[in-house]
Amino acid sequence: MKLNINGRERNLEADPEMPLLWALRDVLGLTGTKFGCGIAQCGACTVHIDGVPSRACQTPVGTLDGAKITTIEGIEDRVAKAVQAAWTKLDVPQCGYCQSGQIMSAVALLRDNAKPTDADIDAAMAGNLCRCATYQRIRAGIHEAAKSLA
Amino acid sequence: MFANRFLAQRQLGTKRFRPSRRMFLAGTAAAGAGLTIGFAVPGANAQAPAAAAAVNPFGAHIRIGTDNTVTVLSAHMDMGQGAYFGIATLVAEELDAARSQLRVEGASGNLAAYGNVAWGGFAQGTGGSTAMASSWERYRRAGAICRAMLVSAAARAWNVPANEIAVKDGTLFHGPSGRGATFGAMADAAAAEPVPQTVSLKAPGQWTRIGNPAYRRLDSADKSTGKQQFTIDVRLPGMLIAVPVHAPVFGGKLKSFDAAAAKAVAGVVDVVTTSRGLAVLATNTWAARTGAEAIKAEWDQTGAETRSSDAILASYRARVDAAGEHVAASRGNADAALGRATRTLEATYEFPYLAHAALEPLNAVVRRQGDIVEIWGGHQIPDLYAGLAAQALGMSPANIRMHVMKTGGGFGRRAVTDGDVVVEAAEIAKAIGFRAPVKLQWTRETDMAGGRYRPAAVHKLRVGLDAAGNIAGWQHRIAAQSILIGTPFEGGLVKNGVDATSVEGAADTLYALPDLRVEITNMVSPVPVLWWRSVGHTHTAYVMETMIDEIAAATAKDPVALRRQLLAGHPRHLAAIDLAAARAGWGTPLPAGRFRGFAAHESFGTSVGMVAEISMGAGNAFKVERIVAGVACGTAINPDNVRAQVEGAVGFGLGAILREGVTLDGGRVVDTNYDGYRPLRIDEMPKVEVHIVASTAAPTGIGEPGVPPVGPAIANALAAATGKRVRLLPFEKGLST
Ligand code: FES
Ligand code: FES
Repeated sequence: MKLNINGRERNLEADPEMPLLWALRDVLGLTGTKFGCGIAQCGACTVHIDGVPSRACQTPVGTLDGAKITTIEGIEDRVAKAVQAAWTKLDVPQCGYCQSGQIMSAVALLRDNAKPTDADIDAAMAGNLCRCATYQRIRAGIHEAAKSLA
Repeated sequence: MFANRFLAQRQLGTKRFRPSRRMFLAGTAAAGAGLTIGFAVPGANAQAPAAAAAVNPFGAHIRIGTDNTVTVLSAHMDMGQGAYFGIATLVAEELDAARSQLRVEGASGNLAAYGNVAWGGFAQGTGGSTAMASSWERYRRAGAICRAMLVSAAARAWNVPANEIAVKDGTLFHGPSGRGATFGAMADAAAAEPVPQTVSLKAPGQWTRIGNPAYRRLDSADKSTGKQQFTIDVRLPGMLIAVPVHAPVFGGKLKSFDAAAAKAVAGVVDVVTTSRGLAVLATNTWAARTGAEAIKAEWDQTGAETRSSDAILASYRARVDAAGEHVAASRGNADAALGRATRTLEATYEFPYLAHAALEPLNAVVRRQGDIVEIWGGHQIPDLYAGLAAQALGMSPANIRMHVMKTGGGFGRRAVTDGDVVVEAAEIAKAIGFRAPVKLQWTRETDMAGGRYRPAAVHKLRVGLDAAGNIAGWQHRIAAQSILIGTPFEGGLVKNGVDATSVEGAADTLYALPDLRVEITNMVSPVPVLWWRSVGHTHTAYVMETMIDEIAAATAKDPVALRRQLLAGHPRHLAAIDLAAARAGWGTPLPAGRFRGFAAHESFGTSVGMVAEISMGAGNAFKVERIVAGVACGTAINPDNVRAQVEGAVGFGLGAILREGVTLDGGRVVDTNYDGYRPLRIDEMPKVEVHIVASTAAPTGIGEPGVPPVGPAIANALAAATGKRVRLLPFEKGLST
């Protein structure tokens, strides 16, 4: 099976039922994408599939033929850089475990909506759990990134 | 966590908890391996504090590389609370290191160097919000000593007087000769210098990093790019992943199993038994997990917990109607005072089991190479875990190497007295003859159904009021399961049947209550319980602070004024209260539909005053709009991290009071993932403002103390809005009944 990940064709020998999450982490060694729940409830495993934020834990690799997959290791456009810079500037992460997923969701939000309100942020980010509850800084980080991109 | 008890014991006299050796021996006995293995944990034989002077911090606490890196070896693990950065700040301040050259690593295996000073130095561990208190002198002194050694090496090399050498941002300068060198260039020579016995530390006025909100965390970039490594990310050549199968009820034991279907799963290579059940090993996590789901097992439920959580709590409620088993605090004569009261307030409160639900499910990695076994994990008490793993493996602790990893949250869950996942991983590695490195990875479901919850508790209060509205008698009964009884920590920390972690925050209340009696009944169940971010304070503060509010309402007093009146003589606590009240505009008018509530609580040496502002919707629906906190934590080493910890504590505490609770049905955990057990999400996060009481006193805790006042501040706001007192938690349950 071939997967297009972060702009590269990768050969993958895996059960087509295997969720992308485990293919990334265990087979391909891309460990930035995290496991939190396995049932699309926490968002720790968020990646972009053809630009759309998706839960890798619920996406069998067999469904990804021809799809372009981007993980935290591969996001590098202006928006992503702005989000990561804002996250670092405001020290958003505590344990940091959820933050790959938070950032993937935040980048997708800002690509669609250059100037999100708090309500837009809450709606777009409600699928990403942060047990450390860094939510206030996530909101601030998204506003900060939006400002720097304007 | 448990460490606050060490502090309390210490105030009573160090001798009372000196028996750390006994504590560890008891641990061995409890683990069932007899006394012969002892706790031959490196350095554990009670020599710790005396030997501390012999530790050379150049090497033990700070490593300076010829590549000019400064690596701080941290005695405390980092679960997100920022301990690594706090310790690095202390070192950098005294060493005058550049921020860019700092690295931090977890250390273990040297009790004299890493024993928790706030616990008396008798064990290395992270807990009880003590990391900064424990590190305050140790790591500043380490920085100052290493700086002095670098300076004397440079003086020797350049043949100039040491007092002419200046140090700035990782560089040594000699003005008169114009010579200079980096730390890295002088590192080897400095290591050979004698260790100065006395060094002076900077005065607060000289600090440029401590207390500076612009001095920022070191790990945010790695945590924003996916580079931060957690235990789940450890990958070793040939490594197998193990997913466990545990009994469906607490106390269940494996009777028989059929692994045929599991072994048929592609990628599964083995199925082994452990002391807790089974583990399925595979070449990847997906296969291991699929295999674990395919296991058919029979469990012996003799002696297991098969009641529902409702039945368990009903037994607690029945128990608090009678006098408690043990008296945890007694001042004056509560009964006599209540007898004289003209009015009595009576209330019963019910608190559910709570899960830590940290986002990284529990895990540990074990590898043997030659005689040496390495264990990667979120080792909160590393030497203890090394000793327990050694016991499970039948080998010497001297041959165990612990890799202390950062963890994806913790909240107390990785501080365990039995080694837990570390021992389980060791058993699995042993069961396959160490033929491959093993990563034991729990699923979310294993984690949530794995117990070690915040104990469920029921409180019953009777508070008397006299004709003038003064408090006349306070009788407080608590029924809760003890965290410490039956663990290696029991000896030092449970006195006369009273587990201090069950009654902290009530038995040692700061309020002037001259006629007080606090009673505790230790309820028993196979459901394992543990410290959960702020431990006993999670329920005692709720009871104390909502009752104070109720008394204020019953006697037509302002809740903040009443607290001031009852807290005279506690200036630091009052400072936190006053700061929160002032910044929140306590007493000023609010827009229609908005209401405020107040709470304040001291825990882990830190006082937090908190104002909650809520808006009411239809019926009982409400939204928490704003939280304003005043925090007195001594020196705020990293003020921005103090703010971050309290912001996080608000979200953590709010989720818990709104909805969290572990429900058992026939002993089985009902909600085993985030669809049923629902921590706070972003759309319910209020605006949080954190204000810090200025201080240059020694630092106290900050990881936990933000949690206790959250629930009662919100409950008091809701009472202000509706008159309704929520005493059955979580609110989702309490407001619907
Ligand atoms: S691991 Fe995929 S959403 Fe939680
Ligand atoms: S930063 Fe810890 S879970 Fe989000």
